[in-house]
Amino acid sequence: MAEVDQKALLQFLLRMGDNTLVLGHRVSEWCGHAPVLEEDIALANTALDLIGQTQLWLGYAAEVQGEGKDADALAFLRDAWDFRNVLLVELPNGDFGRTMMRQFLFDAWQSIMLGLLQKSNDKTVREIAAKASKEVAYHVERSSETVVGLGDGTEESHRRMQEALDYLYPYVGEMFLSDDIDTAMIDAGIAPDPAALRSEFDSLVGRVMAEATLTLPDGRFAHKGGRSGYMHTEHLGHLLTSMQWLQRAYPGAAW
Amino acid sequence: MKNEWPLWEVFIRGQHGMSHRHVGSLHAPDANMAIKNARDVYTRRNEGVSIWVVEAKHISATSPSEKGPLFEPSESKVYRHPTFFDIPDEVGHM
Repeated sequence: MAEVDQKALLQFLLRMGDNTLVLGHRVSEWCGHAPVLEEDIALANTALDLIGQTQLWLGYAAEVQGEGKDADALAFLRDAWDFRNVLLVELPNGDFGRTMMRQFLFDAWQSIMLGLLQKSNDKTVREIAAKASKEVAYHVERSSETVVGLGDGTEESHRRMQEALDYLYPYVGEMFLSDDIDTAMIDAGIAPDPAALRSEFDSLVGRVMAEATLTLPDGRFAHKGGRSGYMHTEHLGHLLTSMQWLQRAYPGAAW
Repeated sequence: MKNEWPLWEVFIRGQHGMSHRHVGSLHAPDANMAIKNARDVYTRRNEGVSIWVVEAKHISATSPSEKGPLFEPSESKVYRHPTFFDIPDEVGHM
């Protein structure tokens, strides 16, 4: 594996880092607005964990890119078409239930992915995965229990969680799609085949949904275009406007 | 307020093998979530290595109106404090 395609490695790292960056920003939007103080702080903690992971993924991405940029430059000075996150994480928060459902679906995928990345041939990838997996083990525990609590809760909470699942499920499939970049990562022993995560994901999600008395949609249709950068949803641009405005308005501002 | 989550009291053990200390309270639907909420609210800055939670209604407490009979009698019993012994200088700080 002496010759790892650096362009492909960069794309892989952007996919990992943009997922956590965009979801971290989405979750941070709840700060000060969550239904109860305890959930407000818990969501802020999750957002901070994700932003911390972003610094590691994008920091390494900037190093591989070799253009003298850093994680901040990648986060705050790229436009929507350069982002490589899956569409799932850029979708608006909706109500608290939808936010927690999206969180669980992402946590479930991420916990499996980070487990496999700890066997990567790339030392930095292994180290980032090891650090992040402890945080994510807590995230998935918390989000799955909240999904169960609300799904198997009152008539209203059950209805909202089923609506959230129906709305979000078509965005799940993108996490398991493969392309040339994935093939390069598999060949170099850096990352697993995304498709190989699906059965473990399905069994985890199936178990939690059964306990939550929620019904998984039958259809496997998948919206895509985020991780390839081909086409994001309209929501990403709006998110970036709010996330990036300070560096755009006051370039190089620091504190 | 029948839809309010119950109140839980939170006790955290610090880093150095100390006893659990009461740090505050929070709301949660059950004991499991109370521990998770305590983790998120009270250990964000690396304050603890162990958490206890107990539903506030299970704590029995003295009543402020009983302060007289419960605590005042000990005010006049200075001989219960071990302050009447001569400590040799060699012992140092105790």
